[in-house]
This record gives sequence, structure tokens and C-alpha cells, in this order.
Amino acid sequence: MEPQPAISDEQVQVEDIEIRLLLEAIYQLYGYDFRSYSPASMRRRIMHRLTMSGFSTVLEMTDRVLRDRQFFVTLLNDLTVNVTEMFRDPEFYKAFREEVVPVLKTFPFIKIWHAGCSTGEEIYSMAILLEEEGLYERAMLYATDIDKNVLAAAKKGIYPIHAFKQYTDNYRRAGGRQSLSDYATARYDSVIMEQRLKRNIVFADHDLATDQVFGEMHVILCRNVLIYFDRPLQQRVFKLFGESLDMGGFLCLGTKESLRFSGNEESFDVVNRSLRIFRKRQMRPNA
Amino acid sequence: MGASWGGLNAYSSVLASLPEGFPAAIMLVQHQNASTENRLAWLLARYSRLPVVAPEDKERIRPGHVYVAPPGYHMLVDADETIALSMYRAVHFSRPSIDELFFSAGHVYGKKVIGVILTGANEDGSEGLDYIRRRGGLTLAQSPQSSEAPAMPEAAITKGSVREVLDLERIGPYLAEFLIGLQDEKTEHPGRR
Repeated sequence: MEPQPAISDEQVQVEDIEIRLLLEAIYQLYGYDFRSYSPASMRRRIMHRLTMSGFSTVLEMTDRVLRDRQFFVTLLNDLTVNVTEMFRDPEFYKAFREEVVPVLKTFPFIKIWHAGCSTGEEIYSMAILLEEEGLYERAMLYATDIDKNVLAAAKKGIYPIHAFKQYTDNYRRAGGRQSLSDYATARYDSVIMEQRLKRNIVFADHDLATDQVFGEMHVILCRNVLIYFDRPLQQRVFKLFGESLDMGGFLCLGTKESLRFSGNEESFDVVNRSLRIFRKRQMRPNA
Repeated sequence: MGASWGGLNAYSSVLASLPEGFPAAIMLVQHQNASTENRLAWLLARYSRLPVVAPEDKERIRPGHVYVAPPGYHMLVDADETIALSMYRAVHFSRPSIDELFFSAGHVYGKKVIGVILTGANEDGSEGLDYIRRRGGLTLAQSPQSSEAPAMPEAAITKGSVREVLDLERIGPYLAEFLIGLQDEKTEHPGRR
């Protein structure tokens, strides 16, 4: 086989321009704003779709995106990265039970925002945790995502049965008090989350890149979403979270995400450093 | 650098032979099961004179530091020379994947990158290494006979992506000589990999 030819800096630059044009096209036609996402990460996902669908250039793929909504939906699913599971990082849920729940128990009502809920596995995990801690009745859970297709799946709460073995294991390691099967019904190859878990969950589409504050939250969960953003967009979102949280409210990030680069570190106290649980300061800094 | 089966031994050998003041940043991917902790970073720190970092997202890439991809995440290089983590689909059943690191590093650094494939039992890394070659970067592979699992270096060699094949104990010294030589020659940007 002939070795593939060299790739010059100029070719790389052209490809970068093509990617920016694609993202601009998506924004203008479909309203999804990926223009401030991490370029490296975005690029890998776009190139994956390009190879899978057999396009030779990004520009060629852009042409298709502009004329074929169905193809755009396929691409969107690559761009938004919908990797999640129930009780993902069980240690996090365990720490949440032990370190956050005791504080929440002192509140008359609790508002929780899960930003970037994807297909919903983690919002049901939170609902189960609150139920077991006797907090569900006084809680309101807002589950948001940029992608309406995954939100529809989240609302249904139907998951493949083969994933449930892992979820059951996660649930146990997360300090679950009963059996995960108490909260779901098996049907053929699927598991359906119990209707009662949904009664205090509101699903809504929300784009962290363009939409506004969600007010007076006591807890914001946003785990493994910010890694896909570039630094300026991360800073916008940290500001948004700061403004959406009540004084003393909790911010929970993914285990490799940090406030260190957020420009907003001093507004938060650390509750659990390794599991990335932070708490908004009661007083303004320098006040 | 990328490794799979046998990687812990190979990495500890390579890192142990790198001198203080090594001028490049080292980014390494080892196939492993997902876990919250980056135990490998902690283990490798015992063999390395260079500081070993379990990176967070957006961590700045600094010369003379070793960055170990966290289990469960792809580790990528962004254009502003920071690390971008991603949970996008596994490549060759692996996350982190060597291909993902190599493609992004080749993209940003071009001929200033060195790709190294070490021992391993699958084919991850050979596509990405070829991309580094096409971008003008130096490409190395551990010799199959010095590898605990030869499949990964063999795949890269067969693909024609590899410029130098070296026995394990030669890799660290080769890198040190190459980069320090390069540094003495001209006071340009330090090479990176």
C-alpha cells in the first residue's frame, strides 16, 4: 500500500477554517451554538462523523448539513457526547449523601438543576437518592440539555437491560439502601424507570452557551459537560452557575473538572476536593 | 506515547532513563479500566525524575512534565497548549485512546511532535502515529522482540508509520539525546511529544 502523503500546516489551517464554517452554519440554520467548544475535542468528533459517513472534506459535510436535517440529527448526536450511566462515579453519590444531604435536610424546599442531563440516567439516580433520604417530596429537579432528542429519551426513562448490571453495582457502591430494581420495571430488553420518580422532575431544553440564569438553585449538577467547552465559555458558565445558586448552594462537577481555571474560584468553598463538590460562599469576597 | 499490555513496566523503564531538565512535555496513554483515581500517575512518579501530573481538564502543558491520561477519558491537545479531556466514544475499545492523543498532538504541534508506540496487544495508536508521520513528526516504536506484547508496535511498523524501531532500554536515552542535541543546535522551540 502506498504511504499516505504529508499534511502541511496550511492544509491543517484550511481544515480548521472549514470546521469553523461548519459550526457557523449549524448555528445559523439550527440554532445550536458549538462555536465556543474545545477545538481539539470538537475536531475529533467531527472527523469521526466525516470518516463514518464517507465525506472527503468538512466542506462537503457542511453542504449536506445545510440541506439534510436528518443528517444533522446524526451529527448532533456526535457533537453533544451522550455518555452517561446511573450513579456514574458512585463515590460522588456516596459523598453527596454524606456531605450535602445533611445540609439539604435543614431546608424547607430544595431546587436542584442538572445541567447537561443527556439521556437522564443521572437525574433518576438523584431522584432515587433523594427518595431514600426522605427529601424527594420537598425537592424540585430541573433536568436540562441542549439536545431535544436526548431530552425526549430522558423523559421516557427507558434504558437497555444489559446496562443495568453495571448500574446495580454502581447503586450499591453509591450507598443505595434498597435494590435498584425497586425503582424500575423490566420489560423485554428494557428497563423502565418508575413513574413516581418523575413527579417532581421538570425536563427543559437549555443551552449553556446562549441561555440565561436558572434562579435560586440549592444544588447544581453539571458533570462532564464543561470539558467540551473552551475556556471563555467555561468562564461564562461558571458565572451563570454562580448567579443561579443560592448563597450556600452546592456546585457538583465531573471528577476531572476544576474551578482552578474558572476565574471564579474565590466565590466557592471546597466541600470535597477529589469529588469536586463546592459550596457558594455565604458572603461576597472583599465585602 | 502510548502503551497497552505491559505498559507499566515499559513506561517506568523509559521514564527512569530521562534526565532532569528533559526539555519536552511528555503525554502518555495507558489502556486501563475506568476509575475515578489516576493510580498510574502515582505509580509512575516513583520512577521519574520529572514531575508526573494527573491532569485536569484545561491543564496547561509545560515542558519537563509528564501527563498521564486519566482512566475513562481521552486526553487531547488543544491549540492553546492546554489539555482537553473527552468522554467521546472509545477507540479500539479504549478510552483513553492512543490514536486520539496522537491525532490531536499531530494537529497542533506538526513536526514538533514525537510519537512513541510501546508494548501492547491491539492496534490502537498506529493510525494516529501515521498522522504524526504525515505531519512531519518523528515516529518511534518499541521493537517487538523487546515488547511484552508485540502486536501494537508491529501494527504501527506494518503500516509504515515508524521511522525508528528501538529496544526498550534505548528509547529513553534516544529521546534525551535527540532533544537535548536539538536544543544545543538551535535555541528554537523545544520539541514536544
